[in-house]
Amino acid sequence: MTRWLVLLLVLGSPCVALCTPYVPASDDVVLERLPERTDPSLKRLRTARLQLAAEPRNLALATSLARRAIEASRENGDPRYLGQAQAALAPWWKDTNPPPGARVLRATIRQSQHDFDGALADLDALLRERPTDGQALLTRATIYTVRGRYQEALRDCRALIGRTTPLVVGTCMAGPSSLGGDADGAYRSLSALLARPGEDPGVREWALTLAGEIAARAGDAAEAEGHFRAALALDGRDAYLKGAYADFLLDAGRPLEALTLVKDDTRNDALLLRVALAERGLADRAGDFAAHRGDLAARFDAARQRGDSLHRREEARFRLALLNDAPGALALAKLNWQVQREPADLRVLVDAANAAGDKATLAAVADWERSVRAEGARASAGRT
Amino acid sequence: MTRRVAPVRIVAIAALLLATILPAQAHKPSDAYLTLARDGTALHGQWDVALRDLDNVLGLDGNGDGEITWGELRARQTDIDAYALAHLRVTSAGQPCPLKVDAHLVDAHTDGTYAVMKLSGTCEAAGPTLAVDYTLFADVDPQHRGLLNLVEGGASRSHVFGTDAPHQVVGGGSGSALGQFLTYVHEGIWHIWLGFDHILFLISLLLPAVLVRRSGTWQAATSFRGSFVEVAKVVTAFTAAHSITLTLAALGLVALPSRWVESAIALSVVLAALNNLVPVVANGRWIAAFAFGLLHGFGFAGALQDLGLPTQGLALSLAGFNIGVELGQLAIVAAFLPLAFRLRATSAYRRVILMGGSAVIAAVAAVWLAERAFDVPLFAALAVAR
Repeated sequence: MTRWLVLLLVLGSPCVALCTPYVPASDDVVLERLPERTDPSLKRLRTARLQLAAEPRNLALATSLARRAIEASRENGDPRYLGQAQAALAPWWKDTNPPPGARVLRATIRQSQHDFDGALADLDALLRERPTDGQALLTRATIYTVRGRYQEALRDCRALIGRTTPLVVGTCMAGPSSLGGDADGAYRSLSALLARPGEDPGVREWALTLAGEIAARAGDAAEAEGHFRAALALDGRDAYLKGAYADFLLDAGRPLEALTLVKDDTRNDALLLRVALAERGLADRAGDFAAHRGDLAARFDAARQRGDSLHRREEARFRLALLNDAPGALALAKLNWQVQREPADLRVLVDAANAAGDKATLAAVADWERSVRAEGARASAGRT
Repeated sequence: MTRRVAPVRIVAIAALLLATILPAQAHKPSDAYLTLARDGTALHGQWDVALRDLDNVLGLDGNGDGEITWGELRARQTDIDAYALAHLRVTSAGQPCPLKVDAHLVDAHTDGTYAVMKLSGTCEAAGPTLAVDYTLFADVDPQHRGLLNLVEGGASRSHVFGTDAPHQVVGGGSGSALGQFLTYVHEGIWHIWLGFDHILFLISLLLPAVLVRRSGTWQAATSFRGSFVEVAKVVTAFTAAHSITLTLAALGLVALPSRWVESAIALSVVLAALNNLVPVVANGRWIAAFAFGLLHGFGFAGALQDLGLPTQGLALSLAGFNIGVELGQLAIVAAFLPLAFRLRATSAYRRVILMGGSAVIAAVAAVWLAERAFDVPLFAALAVAR
């Protein structure tokens, strides 16, 4: 324990490798490689920013740029693009009643910052004006699901019926429905929808990832793996999918495969965590494991310095699994549980509470799960 | 990582070229690391700014090959310094602390390479705190944060700047509580001595205190005790009133526009002086002192805002400043009263000092009033008074 603390102190500063500034040896030394210059979509984003700079109050340009920047942040797992998206919306960012196009994007950025209350306020206002706005309904359903408010999420998904494809509606519903007590029914409906051909590959990949997660939670490993692999075939870069599949492989005791999946994604904190978790189980990776654990500690520390609380789930898992710091993990997991209630949040909370012997937290979680199931049962009884 | 929202995404075509550098580079929000060490009026520091962020606003990749080399960075160092320093303003006691870049280096952080600027500067005035305005990248990335580490008196404290907190008063809380208290007492004393409008207001009210108004004429007061009581009433009322508003304004509970406050203070001096020439309020001057004292408190608060109140020991510093103002005021009274009492019976006191002095004060204050109300410097020399 003390050894890890010393390690954290040594590595836990924002500069890890070379803690003293230096003058490079020659003019030819390459200091930084810019993603914009090698990725065409990021290059287009840069061009769009120059256009917007010429007319910053052009709403169409601004929303198009903000949407692309949000996509870029998801594709690359790089939050700097979220800042660019917010900058594009600057003329409307503090408006009490911004134009709907800007408002739904503001809600999305707020959600990404874990400002779920701010995002919900935007979406509520937007949906009062335009009750059938598909993007707003889908975004609000996602936030309700993240917060564990499954019946409200399902209500928004149902409002999408007839306004988008059946697979979008079905995937929207499968998440909250499976978590709200009807995992079997949700999985059957989603599988039936996936059996039909067609649909946008992006939507199929989203649906397949969710199907894999539901099957994995139900303990059906073969089904889960089939879905994850099919999803990867559609988009091998999706960081969320890679994280979910890596967790599945780690749970199945297949760390080498998990490592192969995520080893090139060390820029992304959540995926670097999976890299380190995989390396921990591999005797010949001890050196990489120690280095990656140090990297993670430095990143969590850098995030804390700027006042971020976006990494609590990952840091709780890091502390529990890689530092054996159950009390520290539990404290973070409890704070995180106040903000997000996805299965991964529940899992790290329960694991940390078990490790720390916190019976009160375990009882509170059990109460919550009971009330969610009861609410689900009441809702389905009310509908039939 | 929260579940994504939009099901429709752009499928990126090319893979990222990942640099094979250890440690693994992170994707993280934009931060810059600023260290400032303060010793008296001297500042030294270091500012680490990500090359990616600088490239975003200045375009550092000269040959467009997607890589930033040390040569490309060196070629743009003047632009980088100018851009960075234009977005960092440090002031001390309301006066600027201009910074310059002494050396250029680079350093590795978790998310890539940063340009490192070694900074130094000298504040034009010593003050108990530093006021820092930080607006780097505020227009291109509102999620950028500037992480300031302020070092003084052997201690360091961190502050986070961002679009929601671009202006902060830092420092001053280090050292002993007594030392901090005395610093603010000292500032309070000097503020009233250098704030001519407050002195002239006080003197306008005090000039007639050694006289008594009887049947339309000024006559010498008979007892020192009577004059002393009169002065004590005026000073106490003025003090009580400006303490109230100084505290309310310094704690941010009440805010008035400074131009309005400064104009009203000038008007109060005009009225107090005119009242000596054409007495309207003869024996209730303490009421006028109280009413106008409320205004002067807002003026003191404006000066205190320039100095800055440290977050550590805020109450103590505020009390120190207020006590300093009172001590400075008492020193003026102690110098004024014995002298005025000795001269009170002379006609020179009544004609030259009371009438002439009040006329001059009213004229000077009228110029201030015009300058402050219409925001034009009429008399450069008189404008220096504030």
